[in-house]
Amino acid sequence: MSLSSRHLLGLKDVPKEDIQLILDTATTFREILERPIKKVPTLQGKTVVNLFYESSTRTRISFELAEKRLSADSINFAVTGSSVSKGETLKDTVKNIEAMKVDMIVVRHACAGVPLMLTKISDSNIINAGDGIHEHPTQGLLDMYSIREKLGKLEGLKVCIVGDVAHSRVALSNIYGLKTMGAKVSVCGPSTMIPKYLDELGVDVIHNIDEAIQENDVLNVLRIQLERKAREYFPSIREYSKYFGIDRERLEKNGKDILILHPGPINRGVEISSEVADGSSQIILQQVTNGVAVRMAVLYLLGTLN
Amino acid sequence: MKVVLKNVNILNPHQNVNEKNVSVLIEDGKFKNIGKLTEAELKDAKVFELDGKYVVPGFFDMHVHLREPGREDEETVVTGCNSAANGGFTGIACMPNTDPAIDSAEIVTLIKKQSANHIVDVYPIGAATVGRKGDVLSPMAELKDAGVVGFSDDGIAIKTASILKRALEYAKMFDLPIIEHCEDESLAGGAMNESVNSTLLGLPPIPSVAEDLIVMRDILMAEYTDSKVHIAHISSKKSVEMVRDAKKKGIKVTAEVAPHHFTLTDDAVKTYDTNVKMNPPLRTKADVDEIIKGLKDGTIDCIASDHAPHSLEEKEMEFEYAPNGIIGLETQVGLAFTELYHKKVLSLESMIEKLSINPRKVLNLPVPEIKEGAFANLTILDIDAVWTVDKKKFLSKSSNTPFDKKLLTGKSIGVINKEQIFIDGSFSKL
Repeated sequence: MSLSSRHLLGLKDVPKEDIQLILDTATTFREILERPIKKVPTLQGKTVVNLFYESSTRTRISFELAEKRLSADSINFAVTGSSVSKGETLKDTVKNIEAMKVDMIVVRHACAGVPLMLTKISDSNIINAGDGIHEHPTQGLLDMYSIREKLGKLEGLKVCIVGDVAHSRVALSNIYGLKTMGAKVSVCGPSTMIPKYLDELGVDVIHNIDEAIQENDVLNVLRIQLERKAREYFPSIREYSKYFGIDRERLEKNGKDILILHPGPINRGVEISSEVADGSSQIILQQVTNGVAVRMAVLYLLGTLN
Repeated sequence: MKVVLKNVNILNPHQNVNEKNVSVLIEDGKFKNIGKLTEAELKDAKVFELDGKYVVPGFFDMHVHLREPGREDEETVVTGCNSAANGGFTGIACMPNTDPAIDSAEIVTLIKKQSANHIVDVYPIGAATVGRKGDVLSPMAELKDAGVVGFSDDGIAIKTASILKRALEYAKMFDLPIIEHCEDESLAGGAMNESVNSTLLGLPPIPSVAEDLIVMRDILMAEYTDSKVHIAHISSKKSVEMVRDAKKKGIKVTAEVAPHHFTLTDDAVKTYDTNVKMNPPLRTKADVDEIIKGLKDGTIDCIASDHAPHSLEEKEMEFEYAPNGIIGLETQVGLAFTELYHKKVLSLESMIEKLSINPRKVLNLPVPEIKEGAFANLTILDIDAVWTVDKKKFLSKSSNTPFDKKLLTGKSIGVINKEQIFIDGSFSKL
C-alpha cells in the first residue's frame, strides 16, 4: 500500500484509504515510541529540511523528533519575519535549499498556499506544517489518531470544533479529515469567529457550548490566539471563558463524560480550565506523543514512495 | 502621406454612422473621402486591404496605471502607450497613484510631455487630495488647467465623507467627475473575495460589503452635491443594483467594469496564482451575472482595464504578500468581444459605446468622428479574429496577466490617431 500523492499539502481531497494508511502506520510507530530504543533506520540517507517561516516550538520539535527517530538527516531552517524583510524571496530560498540536494521539505508559513507554491518550484516531497489560516494536516491526522485510539473508531462519531474557527488552520484540516472518515462535524464559537460561508462545507454551526457538550462525542477545543488579532473578535477574555470556556462545572451540569482534545498550547482558564485539561479522561498529552508517531508515518510513507 | 483603408465597414453610433463596404482615404491625418474611391485617389496611397473589417472611433481606456513617475521598471508613459496602441486604444486616462502622486501641475506636465508625440492620447487623472492622503484637497483648478480630466485617490477611496463632499463641490465648477475606488478602509486588507472559497483556501477575506458601503456613500454624496461620481471597477452585485437605482433617480453617477470582473470568478484563486489577485477581488458567479445584466441595461457605462503593471519578482511572492492588479490593455478588446459581443450580451454598437464613446463622455472629452475633414482617430477591428494571448508579444513592460494562452475572438488590428498609424506591430507617420 502506498499514498496516492507525493506531497501532504492538506487533508482536502485526501482519500479515505490514504488517511487509513497513515493512521495504521502511525500505530506501528506508536509502539516503537514505547521501546527502550526508539530509533528505526527507515529513512537513513534521506535529508529533511524543516523550513519554518513562523515561530513554532511544538510542531517543529515534533517533526524533528519524528525525522530523527526514522534516522533521516534533519536540518532546521528558521526564517524570522517575512521573506520581504529578509530581502530574499521565498522562491530563491527554496531553490537554494533544493540545490543542497534535499529529499523532503516540511514547511510552516504565515501565508496560505505556500506549500502548494513549493511543489511548483521544488522536486522534494512537501509536507505542510501549517500555512496561514488554511490547513495543518498533520495536526488533523494526529487528532483523528487520538480519537480513534480512545474511542476505537471515527465513523459515525459526532465531533465539535470549539473556538476561533475563522483564524484556525487546525479547524479546516479536522473538518476535511473527519468528514472523509465518516464522522459528523460541527463547530461552536462566537459568531464573529466562524467564517461566514462555513455551512457550505456541510458543517453545522452552533453558538451554545452546553448544546455542543450534550450533542457530541468529542470536543476539539481550539486555542484562542491571544497574541493575534483574534482578541478583536470578542469583547473580553472573561466573557469568552464564561460563555465558551470548558470547566468541570459545565461538564458536570451536562452530566457527561466527553472526550476533549486540544492542539495546544493551552490558555489555562480561558478556553479550558486547568482541572479539565489535567483531568484523567483527557488525552491532551497523549496527542503530543501521537503527533510524533503520526508525523513519522507521514514522513515514512512519503519518503519511501517511488 | 495618403492611406487607404479599403473595403471596410464604418460604425460610429455617436454620429449614427453605419456604412458597409466602403473605402476610406486619409490624407495628412484627416478623412479626405469615404465611399468609393477613384483611381486617382488610390494613386500613391498606402492601401490596406481590409475586406470587411470595422473602422470605429478610437477606443479609450479610462483606467490605466502608468508607473511613471516612480516605478519606471514596471511601466513608463511610453511603454504604457505602446501597450495601449497594441490593444486597440487611441486614448487612455492614467491614474494618479504614481510616486509622487499626480497632485501637482508639474507631474501632469511631465506625463503630457512624455506622451506628446505618441499616437495614443494620454489624459491624466489628478489626485483628489494631496498625496492621495485624504486630508487636504489637491490644487484641482491648477490640475485642470494643466490637463487633468477627472480626480481620484484611486487605490483607495477618498478617506472621509467630509473631504469627498468638498472634492465633489469643487470639481463641479469644472464639470469633472470624481472617480472612486470604492472600498471601506476598515473592512479592507484581505487577499480575496469573502466566499466559501476564502474559507477553503484560508485566505483573509474582503467582503463585498466593503465596496457596497462606499458606493452607497458616494451615490448619496453625488445626490447631495449634485456633482458627478464615477464608480471605478465595479465588481459586486449590490453595487450594480445601487448604481442602477441611482441612475433611475437622475443622480449623476456612472460606472465602469474591468474585463476580469465579467470573465472570472473567485474560483480562479484556487491555484493561488498571484495573477488573479486584484482589488477589488474576483467575486462570485452571482456578481458576474449582475455585472452582465448591468452592462446590458446600461447601468455600467464603460469597460476599462485597470491596467496595473507589476514586476515579476513582486508577483512571484506568497499570495498574501503579492501586490494587487493585472495588466489589461492588450487583452481588454479580446476579452470584451469574446465574453460580451460573441455571447450576445451586447450589440456591436453597445460595444463601441462602452469602449470608446462613453468613457470620453464621462471625462468630458470630444468623441472622434468619422467624416470628411475630421482628424482620423480610429480603431480597426477584426471582430471575428480568433487568436491566442501570448504575453511575450505584449508591448507593456510587465506581463502580469492571468489570460496568457487564452483563446479569444475579436481583436484590434490597428489604430490611427495624431497623423500616425500603428498596424502590424509597427508605428509610422502618416
